[in-house]
Amino acid sequence: MAEVGAEIERIGPAEVEDVELYHAKSWITKYVFSQDAKVIAIQYSATAIAIGMVALVLSWLMRLQLGFPESFDFIEAQDYYQFITMHGMIMVVYLLTALFLGGFGNYLIPLMVGARDMVFPYVNMLSYWIYLLAVLVLVASFFVPGGPTGAGWTLYPPQAILTGTPGAGAGIVLMLVSLALFIIGFTMGGLNYVTTVLQARTRGMTLMRMPLTVWGIFTATVLALLAFPALFVGAVMMTLDSVLGTSFFMPTIVSQGELLKHDGGSPILFQHLFWFFGHPEVYIVALPAFGIVSDLISVHARRHIFGYRMMVWAIVIIGALSFVVWAHHMYVSGMNPYFGFFFATTTLIIAVPTAIKVYNWTLTLWRANINFTLPMLFALAFIVTFVNGGITGLFLGNVVVDVPLSDTMFVVAHFHMVMGVAPILVIFGAIYHWYPLMTGRMLNEAMGQFHFWVTFLGAYMIFLPIHYLGFLGVPRRYFEMGTTSFIPESAHTLNEFITVVALIVGVAQLVFFYNVVWSMIKGKKAGHNPWKATTLEWQTEEVPPGHGNFGRELPVVYRWAYDYGVPGAEDDFVPQNHPPKRAPARAAE
Amino acid sequence: MIVVGLVLVAVGTVLFHLLSPWWWTPIASNWGYIDDTIVLTFWITGTVFIAVILFMAYCALRYKHRAGVRSEYRPENKNLEWWLTIVTTVGVAGMLIPGLFVWNQFVTVPAEATEIEVMAKQWSWSFRKPGKDGKLGTTNVRLVNADNPFGIDPKDPNGQDDVLVDGDNLHLPLNKPIKVLLRSLDVLHDFYVPQFRAKMDMVPGAVTYFWFTPTRTGTFDILCFELCGVGHHAMRSQVVVEAQTAYDNWLNQQMTFKKALAAVEKRAAENKQLASRKAAADIVATIAAD
Ligand code: HEM
Ligand SMILES: [Cu+2]
Ligand SMILES: [Cu+2]
Repeated sequence: MAEVGAEIERIGPAEVEDVELYHAKSWITKYVFSQDAKVIAIQYSATAIAIGMVALVLSWLMRLQLGFPESFDFIEAQDYYQFITMHGMIMVVYLLTALFLGGFGNYLIPLMVGARDMVFPYVNMLSYWIYLLAVLVLVASFFVPGGPTGAGWTLYPPQAILTGTPGAGAGIVLMLVSLALFIIGFTMGGLNYVTTVLQARTRGMTLMRMPLTVWGIFTATVLALLAFPALFVGAVMMTLDSVLGTSFFMPTIVSQGELLKHDGGSPILFQHLFWFFGHPEVYIVALPAFGIVSDLISVHARRHIFGYRMMVWAIVIIGALSFVVWAHHMYVSGMNPYFGFFFATTTLIIAVPTAIKVYNWTLTLWRANINFTLPMLFALAFIVTFVNGGITGLFLGNVVVDVPLSDTMFVVAHFHMVMGVAPILVIFGAIYHWYPLMTGRMLNEAMGQFHFWVTFLGAYMIFLPIHYLGFLGVPRRYFEMGTTSFIPESAHTLNEFITVVALIVGVAQLVFFYNVVWSMIKGKKAGHNPWKATTLEWQTEEVPPGHGNFGRELPVVYRWAYDYGVPGAEDDFVPQNHPPKRAPARAAE
Repeated sequence: MIVVGLVLVAVGTVLFHLLSPWWWTPIASNWGYIDDTIVLTFWITGTVFIAVILFMAYCALRYKHRAGVRSEYRPENKNLEWWLTIVTTVGVAGMLIPGLFVWNQFVTVPAEATEIEVMAKQWSWSFRKPGKDGKLGTTNVRLVNADNPFGIDPKDPNGQDDVLVDGDNLHLPLNKPIKVLLRSLDVLHDFYVPQFRAKMDMVPGAVTYFWFTPTRTGTFDILCFELCGVGHHAMRSQVVVEAQTAYDNWLNQQMTFKKALAAVEKRAAENKQLASRKAAADIVATIAAD
């Protein structure tokens, strides 16, 4: 793997010219309407985290209601349903998707593949501004008459557009418009990421030398470009049903005693469109996390990633399979039950490449030389929560097991573990890892330790017990349980406990934000390459890198991204752009 | 520290599982196979989970950074990778195959199953059973009105003796397989009784179904399991499973479609009479006033 392509040695340094665009003329073009992918990345991230805060506050309100029902006059049933809907949609789409692709994708892709910028910087800038508009439209829905939609983040018709659901008028239409805008904005960015990876890699950066972070983000972007259109058409059709009275998703309906004008549409059609997007969406969030966590583990364990080629193939195979499993969300939807055989089989097959990834992460730790830095801690915590959430996926994917569990709290616990907690732990790890590159300073270690332990153990304590409520048969999306014969009093005590922990974990995030601001001014100076990493983003002339990323010459790549602990090498790491010594390096292989 | 943390998570999870008073609500149907499949899945996946965490804890302890030491440089290990792939595939198949086997039973409704219909609308349940003919009458949403809440076609002779239960609990005989036909007038709903383990969405414009056999007498909660608007959490009813004789008694007291229609007609006729009497009285009154 460390082997050197002989032809590359002979190629002169790459000369991608420094262009005028890289020298912004005014403050506005430098920081506001910037075409520098790194600035766009920070704009994307800040916006995503800001709207994510709204979702976090909504989760506290929901938890208050679940832990202490009938104690809060200001939370009515309709509010609760609006909270879950906005919380879910914001977390999945406007926070995680935007942060991983728009944030980390923009920052890391050009730097890691040795490009000066994204290939279409202007379109890249537009992508952000349209995303911002989508967020504003979403926020606006809180202020229209009837409030935001309360249809659940899945927005299933007919209820999404009928009067029994909060926000069935303006709320749902704004949600659909916002999603359509989001998709348009994302497509502009997404085409950029894909083209940059395919066309703008520096010399020597073959596909099989790319860091897994780039592989993860690249594959996720391809998935998103293929999956989002299904949501887009679904959103357009539902908007037409709602505004013009068409019947794409609307059969003949008697709503609260009144015969509606709709006729002949299919509610299940929407579910197919939604989940054709919705399942790949899980991987749109997960694959970048897989990629990033692989690199965090490798750098901080001072060992090459184990089974790199297998890791790349696993990402690609998982990506491809994710398009043939969508109906596992619909086992009890009333679709033809024989589909269950097919979708259960495909779903469980995905477990194999996914398990391989887990094995390879842990095998990277084996015989390594591990530094327990904050990024490493978050990476380990990711593996724990991801495996936990992954195995409960085997319950829900195995069609007949899903029958009693679907739409219970078990599902809520499962997806929070696997696509809520796990990716967010990676995001934190990634921020602790790349913050020194972005700001030139290290984040404070003590605050980081506190933040890590409270977040990891707290999140685990919140979501582990929720599975057991699901076993009992406690439904999701219930404003209050009321009286039942099968839920014991102890379950209410458990709910109170979960709420208290959720509030503590929430407040602990303030420490993180304080750390981010404090360290910007007072943090320890990071210098060049504080983690002794091999990848190109750490080999720039300036830290933080300027527009244009690299100095006069682009780096030339001679090796894969994981040369840690190479026998015979001077240091325990060899950067990707480090030219080989003529003969001996090859002998070492 | 992290070693302790990881071990704590592994041990804590196992302890929580062992000590947790929260587990399946005791079953009251034939779907014990589903519970068995879950227990099997639990053991296979639980072992893997604990093994992965403990392996990480071991690595964290054994391969902690030491100055001057280098990690092992061996990018691939084909043998190990293949073995892990094969073992995983076997484990997955070990869960999938029993699962599909049970699913096959789930989708194969026994020929002797009695059909009943559950109808949902925001936010209440109603139930319909075939009469002596054993057949449910055809329905049409467009026929639904206050007098015919189920939208049964009055011209269909099969519908005349259908038993209608509106605003009361559902009763079912013990140990008889039931095919539940599901219908919704407005939005998606989902009929679920946790003790029966089986559920299915109700979709307007379609009839969905599932089957089960009640195996224990008692009164169980019916809950709606698909978000259906602001009243979702309050959409409740109950099902009473009882021995055949008690069930027959109950059944005989219920309203049939024919009786319901007759009652409606009688009321209509009375209203008409009332109306004409009132009109006559009005005329008389007017004349008198002149
Ligand atoms: C500590 C943080 C969090 C807490 C306490 C929390 C809590 C909750 C609660 C109480 C619900 C509603 C459960 C119900 O009644 O059905 C919910 C739903 C949901 N959450 Fe979270 N959540 C958190 C973080 C996240 C994250 C990071 C994600 C990102 C994937 C996420 C995604 C969702 C989704 C998709 C739903 C479903 C909404 C729906 O049913 O329509 N949550 N969450
Ligand atoms: Cu899925
Ligand atoms: Cu409901």
